Amino acid sequence: MAGLLLRQSLRGIWVIAYRELLRFARERSRLASTLGMPIIFMVVFSEGLKRQIGALAVGVDFVKFMYPGIIAMSVFINAIFSGLSVVWDREIGFLKEVLVSPLNRSGVVLGKALGASVIALFQALVMLALAPLFGVPLSLRIVLELIPIVIVLAFSLAGFGLLIGSRMRSQQGFQVLVQMVVFPLTFLAGVFFPVNNVPRWMEIVSKLNPLTYGVDAIRRIFLVGEISATGQNSGHSIIGVTVFGHTTTTIEDVALVGLLGAALLIGAIFSFNRHT
Amino acid sequence: MNHEQKTPSVSETVISTAGLVRNFGHTQAVKGISFSVAEGEVFGFLGPNGAGKTTTISMLCTLLAPSAGEATVAGFDIRSKRTEVRRSIGLVFQDPTLDEYLTAIQNLRFHAYAYGVPKRVRDERIYELLNLMELWDRRNSSVREFSGGMKRRLEIARGLLHHPRILFLDEPTLGLDPQTRHRIWKYVLDLRRRESLTIFLTTHYMDEAENCDRIAIIDKGEIVALDRPEALKDSLGGDVVTLRVEDGKGAVAELFARYELSASIEGGGVCFKLPGAEEFLPGLMRSFSCEILGVTVRRPTLDDVFLSLTGHSIRDDRPATGQQLRRYLNTPGMKSQLN
Ligand SMILES: Nc1ncnc2c1ncn2[C@@H]1O[C@H](COP(=O)(O)OP(=O)(O)O)[C@@H](O)[C@H]1O
Ligand SMILES: [Mg+2]
Repeated sequence: MAGLLLRQSLRGIWVIAYRELLRFARERSRLASTLGMPIIFMVVFSEGLKRQIGALAVGVDFVKFMYPGIIAMSVFINAIFSGLSVVWDREIGFLKEVLVSPLNRSGVVLGKALGASVIALFQALVMLALAPLFGVPLSLRIVLELIPIVIVLAFSLAGFGLLIGSRMRSQQGFQVLVQMVVFPLTFLAGVFFPVNNVPRWMEIVSKLNPLTYGVDAIRRIFLVGEISATGQNSGHSIIGVTVFGHTTTTIEDVALVGLLGAALLIGAIFSFNRHT
Repeated sequence: MNHEQKTPSVSETVISTAGLVRNFGHTQAVKGISFSVAEGEVFGFLGPNGAGKTTTISMLCTLLAPSAGEATVAGFDIRSKRTEVRRSIGLVFQDPTLDEYLTAIQNLRFHAYAYGVPKRVRDERIYELLNLMELWDRRNSSVREFSGGMKRRLEIARGLLHHPRILFLDEPTLGLDPQTRHRIWKYVLDLRRRESLTIFLTTHYMDEAENCDRIAIIDKGEIVALDRPEALKDSLGGDVVTLRVEDGKGAVAELFARYELSASIEGGGVCFKLPGAEEFLPGLMRSFSCEILGVTVRRPTLDDVFLSLTGHSIRDDRPATGQQLRRYLNTPGMKSQLN
């Protein structure tokens, strides 16, 4: 009995994830914007600001600083869109096809999260492949560390997206929420600037913002080698988030986002069960 | 069609409900309905918009919890055995539920995966159903490019993919042109013949309800009648026969004397009601002593039945498009624009 239930859940997860990926691959405009947007951000910001900003710390110029932030940002956005996918399915009626099937509800939620995470990882890897273009050095260590961290962040943000998506009835509502909440939070997460060296109010908001820790986790992968080689300016570190004098480590960053994400995902499963 | 075999017996009941109720806030959409459907039957719910047809289907298909009452589908309780119910049924919703960005075959594969249809059955079944629905040539087209009728056919194919015991069709022909409606019905009746399938459908088209083995007439959340379509029409007293004769009074007298039929003279003809008039008339014509100049037989329609049971017509709320257009054309100002 328990075995059957597990098989049922696992099948649900992969069927839903499979469709998510199929949709992604077939919808050319989405594919184009997913791949295009971060590249545009990179090119415009880095070229536009390179001369003004120059090096943020010894050996770390603005492009190298921003590049991991853009990866984190695109992971967030893709993962949150899993919620939009639920709203979309509800609008086009396809959700009913899913709900009347024997797939269980938890599997559906986890499948959406898995699909979105795979898409987010795919995007991160595409960005990674472009690293040499922006003068960002790559190594096997970077690739191996990035993959699990991206997966944890993506699942967490998918939990957030799905929690919202399970209640929303219209795509416009979801879009508004993304614009009013997700974009500001993303910008305040230190994608474009170091959160340890901004005005006080912004520093507080940024450090309360869980996304900040996600951005930091990814940024550390890329910058940790360069900074330890040159010696770190401890006052205004550009990696690590300093809270009450304690500067977070990668493990702490990931654990914080991951635990919050797990709670959100469980919340999403309950909410989806209740609202369908 | 032999209807006698199709009335439900205890052993082969596949749907049974008792006092099923659904409230939405203060409105009661379904007011305690009870019926049962036998294996292999084509069972129809006939009623106007808002009668509670979709709400009933949604409860039977486990998408909506009943506010009160009991029901089993394929032998499983709709509250406590939801997964088992879902596995036993196929469902075509009133509104489209396809993923239009995927191709026809991708939609079907998704369904097969979701229902765990084994691989060796899957492809054969998809081929068979797409052929039956005449969509095989379009299997790799995006559903977006399909017409309304094609989408509906694809949804019926999808609903059957996992060999359900019961197929639910909620207004399967709504919004389709008469030719497409006719074709859909051909498929449905074909299917019933091929597979031991029970079909539960809803409609507000009278002519479609005629295709069902039995129909429940539903109005304002209640079943007001449930029987074979012929029996329902016969319950109104049979066909209306009008004889045109030379001697009206003589005909009335003879009809009463020989057949105990109470006829009346209406509008220059002799009228009487009689079940199965078509079989009766040839005999009458051979031996009737008054000369018969003409005969008309009008069968009562299900609309007549509905009207006599509820006091209003099924189409009250929704004039036929012809009438609507005429009304529109009659509004002042419209005519002058057209002229
Ligand atoms: N989700 C809902 N919330 C509130 N009222 C509803 C809902 N669904 C249906 N109703 C109401 O219940 C009644 C029956 O609707 P429905 O079952 O869709 O009728 P039908 O399918 O026969 O046209 C209608 O009065 C409708 O307005
Ligand atoms: Mg309806």
